[in-house]
Amino acid sequence: MRVSLKEWTKSGEPWVWLNAGAVAICMIMVVGLLSLIAVRGLGHFWPANVYQADLVENGNTIRLAGELVDSENVPAAQLRDSGVAVPEGAEFMQRDLLKIGNRDVGGSDFIWVLDEFLENRSQPEMMFAAERREWGNFYGYLRSLKENGQVVASYDGYEKNAEYMQLWNRFQESIDRALELHDEIVEIEKHEIGAINYELERLRLKERSLQLKEVTDQSRYAEIDQRRKELDAEYEVLQKQLLDLYTQFNRDSFTAETAGGKTLEIGVSKVVRAFLPNNMSITEKVVHYFAKIWEFMSDEPREANTEGGIFPAIFGTVMMVILMSVMVTPFGVVAAVYLREYAKQGFVTRLIRIAVNNLAGVPSIVYGVFGLGFFVYFLGGHIDDAFFPEAKPAPTFGTPGLMWASLTLALLTVPVVIVATEEGLSRIPRAVREGSLALGATKAETLWKVVLPMASPAMMTGVILAIARAAGEVAPLMLVGVVKLAPSLPLDGNYPYLHLDQKFMHLGFHIYDVGFQSPNVEAARPLVYATALLLVIVIALLNMSAIAIRNHLREKYKALEM
Amino acid sequence: MSIDNTNLATELDFDTPAAKRLRKFRAFKDKSASVGIAFGGISVIIAILLIFFYLLYEVAPLFHSAEIKPWQVNGKAAAPYEAPGRGKTVYLTMEEQAEIGLRVTDQGEIIFFDTRSGDVLQQSSIPVPAGAEITSFALASDASHIFAAGLSTGEVLAIKHSYKATYPNGTRVITPFIEYPFGEAPLAVTDSAITELALNGGEEAWSIIAKTEQGLAVANLSFEENFLTGEVETSIDTEMLPQLNMPVKKLLLMPDRRWLLISGNNNKLAVMDLASADTETTQVLEASSGNITSFQLLLGGNSLMVADDKGNISQWFLVRDDNNVWRLTKIREFESGSKPVNAMSMEHRRKGFATVDSEGTLRLYNSTANRNVLVEQVAQGQADSIALSPRSNALLVEKDNTLAFWLINNEHPEVSWDALWGKVWYEGYQEPEFTWQSSASTNDFEPKYSLMPLAFGTLKAAFYAMLLATPLAICGAIYTAYFMVPALRRKVKPFIELMEALPTVILGFLAGLWLAPFMETNLAGIFVCLLLIPLGILAFAFAWARAPKHVRYMIPEGWDTVMLIPVVILTTLLGLWIAPGVEAVLFAGDMRQWVTDDLGIAYDQRNALVVGIAMGFAVIPTIFSITEDAIFAVPKHLSYGSLALGATPWQTLVRVVMPTASPGIFSAVMIGMGRAVGETMIVLMATGNTPIMDINIFEGMRTLAANIAVEMPESEVGSTHYRILFLAAFVLFLFTFMVNTLAETIRQHLRKKYGSL
Repeated sequence: MRVSLKEWTKSGEPWVWLNAGAVAICMIMVVGLLSLIAVRGLGHFWPANVYQADLVENGNTIRLAGELVDSENVPAAQLRDSGVAVPEGAEFMQRDLLKIGNRDVGGSDFIWVLDEFLENRSQPEMMFAAERREWGNFYGYLRSLKENGQVVASYDGYEKNAEYMQLWNRFQESIDRALELHDEIVEIEKHEIGAINYELERLRLKERSLQLKEVTDQSRYAEIDQRRKELDAEYEVLQKQLLDLYTQFNRDSFTAETAGGKTLEIGVSKVVRAFLPNNMSITEKVVHYFAKIWEFMSDEPREANTEGGIFPAIFGTVMMVILMSVMVTPFGVVAAVYLREYAKQGFVTRLIRIAVNNLAGVPSIVYGVFGLGFFVYFLGGHIDDAFFPEAKPAPTFGTPGLMWASLTLALLTVPVVIVATEEGLSRIPRAVREGSLALGATKAETLWKVVLPMASPAMMTGVILAIARAAGEVAPLMLVGVVKLAPSLPLDGNYPYLHLDQKFMHLGFHIYDVGFQSPNVEAARPLVYATALLLVIVIALLNMSAIAIRNHLREKYKALEM
Repeated sequence: MSIDNTNLATELDFDTPAAKRLRKFRAFKDKSASVGIAFGGISVIIAILLIFFYLLYEVAPLFHSAEIKPWQVNGKAAAPYEAPGRGKTVYLTMEEQAEIGLRVTDQGEIIFFDTRSGDVLQQSSIPVPAGAEITSFALASDASHIFAAGLSTGEVLAIKHSYKATYPNGTRVITPFIEYPFGEAPLAVTDSAITELALNGGEEAWSIIAKTEQGLAVANLSFEENFLTGEVETSIDTEMLPQLNMPVKKLLLMPDRRWLLISGNNNKLAVMDLASADTETTQVLEASSGNITSFQLLLGGNSLMVADDKGNISQWFLVRDDNNVWRLTKIREFESGSKPVNAMSMEHRRKGFATVDSEGTLRLYNSTANRNVLVEQVAQGQADSIALSPRSNALLVEKDNTLAFWLINNEHPEVSWDALWGKVWYEGYQEPEFTWQSSASTNDFEPKYSLMPLAFGTLKAAFYAMLLATPLAICGAIYTAYFMVPALRRKVKPFIELMEALPTVILGFLAGLWLAPFMETNLAGIFVCLLLIPLGILAFAFAWARAPKHVRYMIPEGWDTVMLIPVVILTTLLGLWIAPGVEAVLFAGDMRQWVTDDLGIAYDQRNALVVGIAMGFAVIPTIFSITEDAIFAVPKHLSYGSLALGATPWQTLVRVVMPTASPGIFSAVMIGMGRAVGETMIVLMATGNTPIMDINIFEGMRTLAANIAVEMPESEVGSTHYRILFLAAFVLFLFTFMVNTLAETIRQHLRKKYGSL
């Protein structure tokens, strides 16, 4: 039976369909968002082919080489208005975004060109890409390798052959050697000299504190001086070693020709990695891809956070979250147990319950403001006065730092834990409790041996949800301790090992900072996507495990309710 | 009972000392657990509630009035001391720390004295050439420390008082000294005695206005440094100003050296434009109903404060009218008594001032906030002059040649209800406006603390977010709860709820870096899709309804959503594909251009539409989840009853289910709203963060939360700005807390109602 439009409209069916459409749109939005992040975030690490082409514009020819990053259609009229010689009759023109690198040559490493104007496209096998510690990527042809300024290998053609590969292999060896030296240098600079500096600073504070206490015993000062001299001597030795290493490190250099025909000499020490993207097999590319992902997860950022890894941000996030959960779990559970088991269930308790519930809905920035005012300036200021007078006027705890950030987030997430734990406690059947009491257990024993173990999955759920919320929260952290680049990790080998007063890096803030405050947004964008993807995965996993635990818990007590 | 029975088992003795001890120990453990948990629980709850009280504690000082008390010696108010030096005071002021006072008298004495005791620290005289007398006196500005004396010979001598702080033996010693910015020799300005004087200027150039018997003369000073010797040469260029047909009582020159303000007899006030071709008098007006008694420039020199003998105090500044002509305009009047105002003193760092009337009543004001923060009797009867210290924390009152030193505590006079929430006419503005501008590079800047643009921005962002989120989330929830097959529902619901956990920083970054540029290039596409998607869904649905039965039966009811997913995707692609054509036909090829050129609407790349979509995305799961629960919780027998009576599913939904669930849906919307209002990262990243008040969907905004995130790290602890940011946080806190409480109460009420059904 065919329905007529009128009948169909009258039945209300269209509305039902529109409602179904709303669900479909929501689902598409979520999936689309996740896949957008995933595609952009994961695509960044793939070694894309490098194209070479001649850009012919207004009779000038410039040879370019670079990776194709993006392309879009622009109305031809708009281009004509801005004075570009657009062919007649064209309505839209394809415009490509090329990553041409070589910031030390051209000034910017991204360029928009009209696809129409590109001629003689090729993918030269010999073209190599080098990731550098400064000036971004380099694309070009390797020309020669030098040791102490002496040419040890060179090649002049544009065709790939054995001679070229020999040069290339020597170049790779030189890079490997430089990387090893770099590791040694970092070890000395960061760890050994870092430890000495740290101890010197502690000695200075110790001396200052003796002065403040007006200790006149000269032997104590002499002790400090003695130790200082020892450290200075150690420092001298290391400094010498370092100088030596640096000479070694800067031994090699290479010359390379850019697509435009310019020849540059670059120190091998500046190179992190070099590869021939157009000459890589799929397997090599896959290996390269995973090596890059590993670098991203385990390395420190380079070039104002636009290159390299995000390890300090991951570490900072994890540190902060661990500290936060250590604080939030006992307090949240105790408060929930009190509200559910001990408090008199009356109007006041209900009021408190509603208040606690609603605090979960208070904007996180408000917690940030509270943390800054109360924890940092008020508590921190008083702690400094009482315990760290020697460091004044430099604040120790009177400035945003790891401890205050964790504490602020603990406060922010405590309602989550309370609500989840309370729900868990309320689900435990009365009979179980009464059985325990009837056997003569005290209330505390019932709680400790029966109720809490049964409610533990609920507590876990609460804590996991709290962690998921804390890991993604950025606004309050901006006020209480997160920085764009922390000089050292909050956990290291220097006594007292865990530096609660230090500032730290955070994944969420990293996204905000690199995406919006970076000097080179175009270069940083893929990294932001990758960071976002990592954050989404972590939080989705946490949430899914919370949901799984919750479901498991429900199943478990269904049996008891019978 | 036989004896044997008792021998069957050894009787358990519960009263052995060990068992007793154990019981005691267990009772103790139980007791201490109760106490410990109660203590812990209550303290956690108190800690949470602390937020409320701490915010309040930081905000409260904003609304405190000022306090004043006399300088204390041995716990008692110090007695006034005799004013050092001879003659009448022409200038009274204090240095930064309010430890040293300066009094300049009409006899030409310059006396530095201890403000607390009146002991003279240094006394000198203005170096007047032989035969000359001081006939007039003028102050450039309190901040510049420069004042000048006009002589009977037509010469002018400018003097600057300076202080140097040294720390011998760790204690601060302040030494006053005198400098002559234009040289120690008086500058010849006119030929005859100067009876009124005004001067103003800056680093390179100064102007002096002198009134003599011949009329008004202006002298422009310029300084040239000799490169070789480093000596500064001063050149003067004097000219006479046109005659005024009113008597001149007092002169004031604004720092731009263009506008000369003249007070005449009674209440007459004239404005002269020195930069115009023939130096015309642009305005002569009656400033006040009484006779002008005090006539001074406010900090920065842009505002004129006029006080009269009827107790009226008013603020005036130059406002550019529609014809591009500057007019001295009365901006506001200040509440005061009806007694004549005797003296006024300007604050050195803020747009505030103090007045004292003929009965010795001191009043402290802030001009921007139009707030009278203090009324206090500081003298019995008429006080002659008053002086505020540079930090506005001390006051000198002169009465009958005695000086009294008072301490003032006036931390936050800039804040009043009107200044925060009302339109305020700021200096240099054409009309009263809502403006948020908390800091600037100059010292004499007038901070503009109107929370209105921020509150407006917050609501605007929330409004557009709700505009997108509410229909999508509610419709989605209706379908999920009421029509969807349970198997699918169990998958869909957690999936959308998972969205809630998505960090907003990710949404914000996508909105700012991906959506905003995408929308700028595909603006038409977005709108075409908005129209096309519902149409596409309906068209598909109708086609489906008319499809043959065997096709329709292939997919059971309740799986419509799955079928619609490809439909929505295809329609979106179609929309984006036809958009350029639509654009070419309707919007001359480029909708974004068309919006700016033809509609005349400003277009920011990061605008309210972007925020609406991104934040809508963040709010959808909140609303969806609660709405879905509310609809799902409606007892099934209600809808079965309705269906059994012959209603269609849609009729049942609209007439039976929705009314029952409506309070729940309302609370869902409220909670979603609370989330949208407090969201920080999305608005921070997806708007331009400009505090403007415009409902335009294509322009950005700045919200309360984003404003806190931007400005809090830079604000000085304890300053007015800092406390206003706390106030913003407090407002956010209260708003969301109340909205959530309302929603929660409704939800609990609803739950109870369902329980009874």
